[in-house]
Amino acid sequence: MLIDCPHCGPRSNEEFTAKGDATAKLPAGDAGPEAHYRHVFVRDNPRGRHEEFWHHTGGCRCWLVVTRDTVTHEIFEVTTASEHLERQASGGKK
Amino acid sequence: MRYSVFTLAQQALKGHTGWPKAWRQVAPQKAYDIIVVGGGGHGLATAYYLARNHGMKRVALVEKGLIGLGNVGRNTTIVRANYNLEGNEPFYAHSLRLWEGLEKELNYNVMFSQRGVINLFHSDGQRDRFVRRGNSILLHGADAVLLDRDGVRRYAPMIDIDNSRFPVMGGLLQPRAGTARHDAVAWGFARGADRLGVDIIQNCEVIGFDIQNGVVKGVETTLGPIRAERVGIAVAGNTSTLGRMAGLELPIESHVLQAFVSEGLKPFLDCVVTFGVGHFYVSQSDKGGMVFGGDIDGYNSYAQRGNLPMVEHVVEAGVTMIPRLSRVRVLRSWGGIMDMSMDGSPIIDKTPVEGLYLNCGWNYGGFKATPASGWCFAHLMATGEMHEVSRAHRLDRFRTGHSIDEEGTGAQPNLH
Repeated sequence: MLIDCPHCGPRSNEEFTAKGDATAKLPAGDAGPEAHYRHVFVRDNPRGRHEEFWHHTGGCRCWLVVTRDTVTHEIFEVTTASEHLERQASGGKK
Repeated sequence: MRYSVFTLAQQALKGHTGWPKAWRQVAPQKAYDIIVVGGGGHGLATAYYLARNHGMKRVALVEKGLIGLGNVGRNTTIVRANYNLEGNEPFYAHSLRLWEGLEKELNYNVMFSQRGVINLFHSDGQRDRFVRRGNSILLHGADAVLLDRDGVRRYAPMIDIDNSRFPVMGGLLQPRAGTARHDAVAWGFARGADRLGVDIIQNCEVIGFDIQNGVVKGVETTLGPIRAERVGIAVAGNTSTLGRMAGLELPIESHVLQAFVSEGLKPFLDCVVTFGVGHFYVSQSDKGGMVFGGDIDGYNSYAQRGNLPMVEHVVEAGVTMIPRLSRVRVLRSWGGIMDMSMDGSPIIDKTPVEGLYLNCGWNYGGFKATPASGWCFAHLMATGEMHEVSRAHRLDRFRTGHSIDEEGTGAQPNLH
């Protein structure tokens, strides 16, 4: 699996550390135990398109958001986590 | 037909042309008392024990493909009961006892071989942890022996005990642990269940659940609807996919685990050994192939194949532990989809949908659990009560803070 890092270019997935589902959002501190339970433990675990964090530990050390197919391992898009957050904040489409 | 030396002799005289099929090919009936979804080891064992222990007559097992083509045929066949925590060890100790009587019970040769499993340790801290785990194992009625360096050398002389980076200090041995023929376990349970009247329905995929007012009424399948008041799900890596059809939110991620087998060698390794530095475990099959595996690839996956970096990692760990493996050629590798739970321990429980039961979260330890998983899941579905040795495997333990985290890694499925 090659991940096309926005800073370093295409690199083997062994340079990266998979950090899990990027759609799990940390709830507000006062959101209550149920919201925190869901954030920590509940996962959609889709068969198909999946947004996930990868940390480029063996490269630029940036956190990336990779959109990947969990059946074919095809990668659709790679952005930095900060750009991903900006897009979400502006309500913009992916 | 019961297998015995007499039937064998009889069939030998007939040129082995008269063996009947081990289980019937059946089309689904309209309704059953209980439907088990998933024809892997756990589903088959569940169907068997529903009939055997609880006298259930109208049980169906539905499988989307053919039985035994999923994880029960894709593992490294290791059977052990060397866990640490109160919520787990009694369950696995029970499983090991069931393994010991399984061939007689099923009248089927599952080639259970109690050749021993050694976990190597390489530091004082690791030794102390293993001693503690060994004591926990002994307290729960399974067996454990602490080996020093010479003990390991005697037991498994091919291990590089004097490795310059990771010298071996000793090992925790479980003599009653070992390996079994994985396919035979599936076939044996299928035959046993069939003989007790369970309908095993292959090529029948569940595509939905009939749920009315929060109560399950049956399943929709590719062969049409089948009605039942009680439905049990035991589908390993596809748990989330099926759970979604029933509206369940689950603490599960699906990951791929690769395993490998080498070309056949003369007898070389007569126990199972696990490395204490990297994640690597190896045994030798009765055909002579070295069967080995390591960590999961580490990212969510539904593909029954992995990537090359993990192949390299596993082989490196293996060659570090047993240098003479370096000239052995790998014959095949394969991947299975693990239902990784958020604490690394399994779930056998009711769901919020009345009549719908869940058996999942086996991570990559499902094979050894096969008999006890079936035993406890059948107990739950037949009686409505959790079995004594499986009380802690609750679905709501994550919500209530009762996680059973053997590895102490937290809610990080790719680290278990």
